[in-house]
Amino acid sequence: MKVTEKDVAYVADLANLDLTDEERSGMLRDLNSILDYVDRLSELDTSNVPPMAQVADRYGVDHEKRGSERFAYASREDILEGLRRSLPHEEALANAPDADDNFFRVPKVIER
Amino acid sequence: MELTSLTIDAARSAIQERKTTAAALAEAHYLRIQKEDGQIGAFLTLSKERALEQAERIDRMAFEGKPLPPLAGVPVGIKDVLSTRGVRTTAGSKILDRYIPPYDCTAVARMEAAGAVVLGKMNCDEFAMGSSNENSAYQPVRNPRDLNRVPGGSSGGSAAAVAADMAVVTLGSDTGGSIRQPASFCGVVGLMPTYGRVSRYGLIAFASSLDHIGPLAKTVKDAAIVLRTIAGRDPMDSTSADVAVPNYVAELDKPVRGLKLGVAKEYFGEGLDYDVRQTVETAIDKLKQLGCEIIPVSLPHTPYAIPTYYVIATAEASSNLARFDGVRYSHRARGVKTLSEVYRRSRDEGFGAEVKRRIMLGTYALSAGYYDAYYLKAQKVRTLLTRDFDEAFQKVDAIVTPTSPTAAFRLGEKSNDPLAMYLADIYTVTADLAGIPGISIPCGVTREQLPIGLQILGKHFDEATILRIAHAYEKAG
Repeated sequence: MKVTEKDVAYVADLANLDLTDEERSGMLRDLNSILDYVDRLSELDTSNVPPMAQVADRYGVDHEKRGSERFAYASREDILEGLRRSLPHEEALANAPDADDNFFRVPKVIER
Repeated sequence: MELTSLTIDAARSAIQERKTTAAALAEAHYLRIQKEDGQIGAFLTLSKERALEQAERIDRMAFEGKPLPPLAGVPVGIKDVLSTRGVRTTAGSKILDRYIPPYDCTAVARMEAAGAVVLGKMNCDEFAMGSSNENSAYQPVRNPRDLNRVPGGSSGGSAAAVAADMAVVTLGSDTGGSIRQPASFCGVVGLMPTYGRVSRYGLIAFASSLDHIGPLAKTVKDAAIVLRTIAGRDPMDSTSADVAVPNYVAELDKPVRGLKLGVAKEYFGEGLDYDVRQTVETAIDKLKQLGCEIIPVSLPHTPYAIPTYYVIATAEASSNLARFDGVRYSHRARGVKTLSEVYRRSRDEGFGAEVKRRIMLGTYALSAGYYDAYYLKAQKVRTLLTRDFDEAFQKVDAIVTPTSPTAAFRLGEKSNDPLAMYLADIYTVTADLAGIPGISIPCGVTREQLPIGLQILGKHFDEATILRIAHAYEKAG
């Protein structure tokens, strides 16, 4: 068993999930079974293989350039109003479970 | 004229020639939905008002004798992970049960600008995570070819609606096979374009480096018309490619004689159903008869595709789904006292089992101490998988494979075994990882009369060639 109950609790905490006891034991079983299968990746020697984070690296990129310059194809000029005007407050807040006229409302965060 | 079995061109010309109206077409499809969808479950939300307004606009144009745009009056369905302004968009999840997007997805906006009539939103696995549509938080979709079987997933509603004549075409999304596998299970055409070919703006993200939007249709030509409509650079998605969009429809009838088709033994190994193998081999023979040259190729890293996919896709998902926090637009749990409780309880209540499983797996793979062993390792193997295709495509113009190792399975058959479910995507995930385009077309049925799909994979931005091969196969009957 690679993943322990403690790991499940730790990862659930990172992921902002509580999970019931039943969910936790199911998670323990499933994660171990999936990771056992994933372990076959270690059969491959990848020491000289570069990682691939995205497909877009393969087109449009100017490989002569460095840093963000390489991805110049994806940039555009700033436009005063943007490509789409910002949403009016009432539209931006319309889906919020709790809001006033201007803000999303959440329980008090700062303790006194 | 049977109004619910028309292709795009037939529908458009019937309206242009005033043999029917866009409104009558929409009504006929709503009637069919009312009659059929109770047992299939393909639609989650109907957008009747929006549809009839658009139909009226098209009918006015036809009445005034104006030339109609390519999708004029064509009734379409939109997978519920694509945002539609003013029309509820749930992504198949309870956490977005009441979410009304304030803007349109670019692909949807382009469809409507080309005259399409949006009938409603299609059921899917929650956040597009699944291969059977059983992970929808609302209802499973049943396969119109056999109601005891799944339609495939995650675009199960999109595939079933086309198969059952409840829409002429639909849009789906494909992250690991979610357009092609359900197309195969339901006996329709499903096209996943090259990564970056179609803007993802307005698509509720599952795994951003793998997500693609594409059409499901009754014919290859219809898929080509839709692709031409939705493809092309969009300044709202920086990963949408600035690559010219060819006229896919005009290229369909170019000859296929002399095209080189690769067949990879790795796609015909253990786990492939006997009937599927026989049927796909017969289909490949037919392509040979049409003048294509069949060439064996090797894609040696194929056995590592599923583990690679489930690390990368879940890692990206764990990050993308962090935005559902009960504050801005998602469900909030009642009776919570602290902000941390808002996050946790809302997510606990709002997400289903498979989504939680993937968030956990992805978070684990990204967490300190495991990042190199899982996430970085998978990204490196992704390079190897992509190189496999690069090498193969030096020798061939396209690669033909089965779309899925089996035909549609029964509801409940795999729902308790996540790993078995993941293996349903074994022939489709590689294309998502490499970013190459793929199409699934019907190529026969099993002894139980269940549809089988033939998958054709192409080079980056070479949808024209795979559409042409698919069209030639379809025409040959």
